[in-house]
Parts: sequence; structure tokens; C-alpha cells
Amino acid sequence: MEGMSTIVKKVTQLMVGPVFLYGIYIILHGHLTPGGGFAGGAIIAGAFILLLLAFGNNVINLKKEVAGSSNTESIAILIVVVMALMSLLFGAKVFFFNFLPKGEPGELLSAGMIPLYNIFIGIEVAGAILTIFLSLVIFKEESSK
Amino acid sequence: MTVYILCFVLFLVGLYGVITRRNLIKIAISLSIMEFSIFLILVLIGYIDNGLAPIVDPGSSAQIYVDPLPQAMALTAIVIGLATTAMLMAIAIRLYRKYKTFDIREIRNLRG
Amino acid sequence: MDTLIPLFVAIPLISAFLIILLGKLVNGFHRFLGPITLLVLLIMAVYEFTGLGKSSITYAMGGWASEGGFPVGIYLVLDGFSVLMLCIINLIGLIALFYSLSYMTKYTAESNYFALFCLIIAGMNGVVLSGDLFNLFVFLEVSVISSYALVAFGIGKTELEASFKYQVLGGLASMLILLAIGLIYWKTKTLNIADVRNVLDAGYSQSFYLFVQVLLIAGFGLKAAIIPFHAWLPDAHSSAPSPISAMLSGVLIKAVGIYVLIRLFFNMFVFSHEIALVLTSLGAISMVVGSLLAIVQWDLKRLLAYSSISQIGYVVMAFGMGILLLLKGDNEPAAVLAIGGAIYHMINHAVFKGLLFLNAGSLEHRLDTRNLKEMGGLSKVMPVTSTTSFIASMSISGIPPFNGFFSKLIIIIAAINGRFYLLATLAVVVSIITLAYFLKFQRYAFFNKPAGKAIQKIREVPFPMSFSMIVLATLCLALSLLAIPSVSEVVLRPAIDVLMQPELYSPTMIGI
Repeated sequence: MEGMSTIVKKVTQLMVGPVFLYGIYIILHGHLTPGGGFAGGAIIAGAFILLLLAFGNNVINLKKEVAGSSNTESIAILIVVVMALMSLLFGAKVFFFNFLPKGEPGELLSAGMIPLYNIFIGIEVAGAILTIFLSLVIFKEESSK
Repeated sequence: MTVYILCFVLFLVGLYGVITRRNLIKIAISLSIMEFSIFLILVLIGYIDNGLAPIVDPGSSAQIYVDPLPQAMALTAIVIGLATTAMLMAIAIRLYRKYKTFDIREIRNLRG
Repeated sequence: MDTLIPLFVAIPLISAFLIILLGKLVNGFHRFLGPITLLVLLIMAVYEFTGLGKSSITYAMGGWASEGGFPVGIYLVLDGFSVLMLCIINLIGLIALFYSLSYMTKYTAESNYFALFCLIIAGMNGVVLSGDLFNLFVFLEVSVISSYALVAFGIGKTELEASFKYQVLGGLASMLILLAIGLIYWKTKTLNIADVRNVLDAGYSQSFYLFVQVLLIAGFGLKAAIIPFHAWLPDAHSSAPSPISAMLSGVLIKAVGIYVLIRLFFNMFVFSHEIALVLTSLGAISMVVGSLLAIVQWDLKRLLAYSSISQIGYVVMAFGMGILLLLKGDNEPAAVLAIGGAIYHMINHAVFKGLLFLNAGSLEHRLDTRNLKEMGGLSKVMPVTSTTSFIASMSISGIPPFNGFFSKLIIIIAAINGRFYLLATLAVVVSIITLAYFLKFQRYAFFNKPAGKAIQKIREVPFPMSFSMIVLATLCLALSLLAIPSVSEVVLRPAIDVLMQPELYSPTMIGI
């Protein structure tokens, strides 16, 4: 997969940082504002996809990356399920029970478990979308050979 | 009322595409159009005139909020739609590799 | 007991992702974890079944109890009907997975297969347990999307084409279901099945809900492949790897199609005469047309797939008759008989159709063909496959000591008691046609002269495959015991009660 022109590369270099940061902002404020894990994760995956499209990469590196993103995704979703199962041990002992202290509404550190769920779901969504994209790209590269 | 009818028209546009198009990718796009018409209906169901976005701000006094539940439903359905579209694309690309075409008239091994 | 309920969804999810993560690193990890997961789930399901009796358990996720009779959270509901479905799903799942241990060795990426299999189980368990409409939709999509991938697992031309067709029609069905759920929320402002029932009890507009019900019949009818919506089933079920065909035909179309349809029409909507007529006639049409389409097939798995349509027709028809009889109100024993017969036939069909697809898989494994004309004389070289498939064929065509006879007999008796003489005749005729095409299968596959190929080299299938077939064949005989009234009183009665008394379903769920 080939990269694009210098202009695109330069603009991408400038843009990727803010896009990535915006994704993290959306994930971290998931319990306060609209957005959250899925939206933020999709934005982060978008940043990665932008980089890949602008700079290109060869198939071997892409295959390493797809293994990495797939593993990240699996680990994140496992952590989410394990966190939900941990609720069976603490507090009211109910699945998905929010057993951490709730804090002040409107603060960044509040709402108990929800920010944690958001963070890991964000990682999972970013990994999943990147995996889908990379698999399709690898498939195209291999069949065009 | 007009907006609901327009959503329904969009749904029918998607259905028309699924039935008449001969290209695998176009069929997938038509399915997505149908999906999004239903997301629009879901969001419209929760809409209340002059309602605000359902973010509870401790400082503000009680106001009218729009119903957040259909929005949550639409978001979840978008996630599912992403998975379905990705699956469709993966299958379409594999079919393209086997047949060197996206035309369903030429991809017809199975009878019915 | 309560704590086990969310684990039915959580355990297969965890194993699925563990298999994806570790399957590549540890050799044979998936072959070990997959069957263990299903075994644990089956033990849990049986434990719940023995402990539950006639009561029902509602599990509020996240501890969100209801506020003043108004449910705010997500609920999982375990009652007589859903626990029966759980047992069947996990039983057939375990046997199909054990069978795949040696069947799937010819495919690459085996660990992905086991992960997808766990996901399909997680989705189906979720559908059966879910107490509100939207979660039901989400779990349904989880299981259906993994089934799309599993149908295309062989990545040959036919598999991919069948999977694409399945996805387009399945996507259409999901759209209709989502639209119907949205419309129900619009009018009732709730998604909880029991709460919707409470709102409907207070009065509703007939025409609006008729529209919603028609949308739901179309949506779930597409998932369950009732006749006008059946186009995808013969392709998808015959192209998938055989254990997956057994899962799809045996459990998936029941868990995401029939179960949901029945749960919603019995426990959520108020019975209406029109819908009952539609269900009964759709069932009768699929029963007849499915069997007529099956008899002309020469591809073994297509024959079995069309016969699934026909047998599902029996179930839907019996449920429709049950609603009609309940509406008439003067003949409750016949209604009990119809509903009980439908549930009984559903369980039986899962067992014998699963077994038949496993038989077809064994034949395909050894002969590399599904065409009946290329088989023949196999009864000597493959005795286990031959015997078990004979039992399954006799069972599905309703020959006495096997389970299929009793469930069909109960449905026919219910039809005669309820004065549906035409339907009773049709059921008998279809049963005879079924016998005809299964005799065709037996004759061409096992008893005819060999068709050219040297059959002496063909050996019996390896142990995991033959063992799973023997277990299912034993079940075919053992399930006949359900026809004894005292046994069915324990096993089937709680499920029938849940469906017969919707006025009991709602209060037990809301009043937590």
C-alpha cells in the first residue's frame, strides 16, 4: 500500500495529534457529555487510519499491526467482562453493579465504574475498527499481487 | 408528520435498492440506507419540541429534555450496523476474488 | 441460583475472546476450552432446570430495581419456557462442538471457528434469557452475525454466495424487527416485555398493534424461515460446515425465530384472532410446501434443510392453533395439548435434525460429496452412521417408538379435539411425505448398490463424531418418555403454564 503526496503527509502530521487527543477527550468525558466509548474509540481508530492512508505501509508490517490490534481488542473486551463479573463479588453482588464510590455529579472523577468501562470500551472499539480496516487492506493488497 | 413519511420514503429507497441493484457493494449500501432510515425514526420517536439534550446539569433548573432512550437504542444499533456492514464487505471482497466481478447475475451457483 | 443467570452470557463471551487471544499461542487451547465451556453451561442449565420448578426468577442487571412498579433497568428472566430452551441450546451446542473436534481438522483457522461458536452460544443464551425487547435484539444480532461468518467458513464459492444471501435477508429482517421495537416504544414508552403487557392491558389501538405484529411476524419469520420468507435457509444451511448446520437448523432458527415469536405473541401482545389465523396458516403452508420441496432434492443437506422448514411449520401451526383455541375459550385441554405438542416437537426437532445433519457431515467427511446419487451401499462400511441416521429418519417421520411420533401425535390429537380437521389431515399427509423422502435418503445412501466408487476403502468416522451421533440417537429414544403424562407434567408443564397465563408473567416480573 503506497503513501500519498507530500502535502497530504504534512497535513496529516499536523492533524493526527489533535484528532487523537479529541478521541481521548470524548472517551474520558463519556459519563458527562454525549459520546463515550464507542464514539471516542471510532475517532481514535480514525486517527490511525488517517496515518495509514497518508503514509502507506507494506503488507508484512500491516500483518504485524493487525495481530497487535486484534490482541488489544480481545484484552480490552475481556477486561470489560471481568470488571462486570467483579461486581458479583463486591457491593450488592449483582452483575454490572457499580460498586465504586459515585463522587460529585459533573466532576471528571465520578460515576464509579462508568469511566472505566468507557475507557476499555474505547480501546476495544478502536482496536476492532482498526482490525476490520487492516484486514480489508491486507486482503486487497494480497489479491492485487 | 412529514418527517415520518420522509423516513419511510428513505426506507423504501433502500428496499428498492436491495431489490433492483445488481452490484454487491450497491446492495450493501442500500441496506445501510434502510438501517439509517430506521435510526432516524428512532431518534424522531424520542424527540420532544423545545427539548434540550438530555445532560443533567446540576446548576440549571428543571427543563424539558428529549427522551434519551431511543438515542441510546440508535447508538447501539449503529454499532451493530457497523458489524453487519463489515461482514458484508468482507464477504463481498472474497466473492470478488473468486469471480472477478461484483455482478450478482454472474455469481449464481445456488438455485434458490 | 440467581447469580448463575448472567453467567450464561458471560462465560461463553469470556471463552470466545480467550480463544481468540490464546488460540494462536497455545497449541490445541481451543480444543480444550471450547467443550469445557459448553459442558459447564449445560451443567448450569440442568441445575437451574431442576431447581426452578414452576417458579420464575427475574434478575435485575446492575442492581437497578423497579421504581414504583416501573422497570428502569435491564432484566434477565428465567422461567419454565426459557430454561427448557437453555438446556436444548447448550446440549446441542456441546454435542456439535464435540463433533467438530475431528470434523473441523480439515479447515484452517480452527481457533476462529471455536471462538465464533462460543459467540453464537452467548447470543442465543442472551436471546432466551432477555426480558426486554432491545436487549433481545442486541443478543439476536450477536448470534446471527457470528452465524453469517460461520456459514461462510469454508470460503468456497457456494459458501460465500449463501452467506451473502443470508446476510442481505437477515439484515432486512433485523431492520423490520428494529422498526417494530421502535414503534412499540413509541406507543408504550417502555421496552420491558412485561411492562408492555401491562400498558396494553390498559387499552390499545387495534390497527397500530396489528401493523407492529405483522412487522414482527415478517422479521422473525425471516429469521425462522417460515415459508414465504424461507429463500435463504436451504442455501445457508447446506453450505455451512455440518456441525454448524446442525446448530443453525437445530437451535438457531428456534431460539431467535420461534422462541421470540412465541414469547412476544403469548406474553406481550394480547391475543388477536387475525394474528392467530396468520400464524396457523403460515405454519400449515410451510409444513406442506417445505415437504414438497424436500422430496425433489438430491443434495442431502438441501433435503434436510427443506425438511427443517416443514418441521418448523408443525411447530408454528400448533402454536397458532393453541392461540385460536384459547381465544374460543371453550376447549382449554385442547389448547394445552396444542401448545405442549408444539414445545415437545420443538425439542424433538432440535435433537433429530441435529443428528441428521451430523450424519450428513459424516457422509461428506468420508465421501466428499453430498449428492445422494453418488452414495450407496454404505450400511456395511459405516454401521454407526447408518444406524443413527436410520433412528433419526424414523424419528422425524413419526414412526412409533421414537420421539417424533409422540409429538406429532399430540399435535394431531389437539387438532382433532379443536375441530381443525383439515389441519389434522394435512399433518398426517405431511408426515407420510416426510417418511417418503427419508426412505429415499436411507435407500440411496445406505442400502442401494454402490454408485461406481470403491466403498471398501471407506472407514467409519473417528470417535468424537460417532460418539456424538450415538448420544443424540439415544436421546431420540429417551425423549419419547416425555409423552408419559407424569414426566411431561414435570418437564413441559412449567413452560406451558408460562405461555398459557400471560397475566401471571407480568406481575412476577414487575414486582421485584
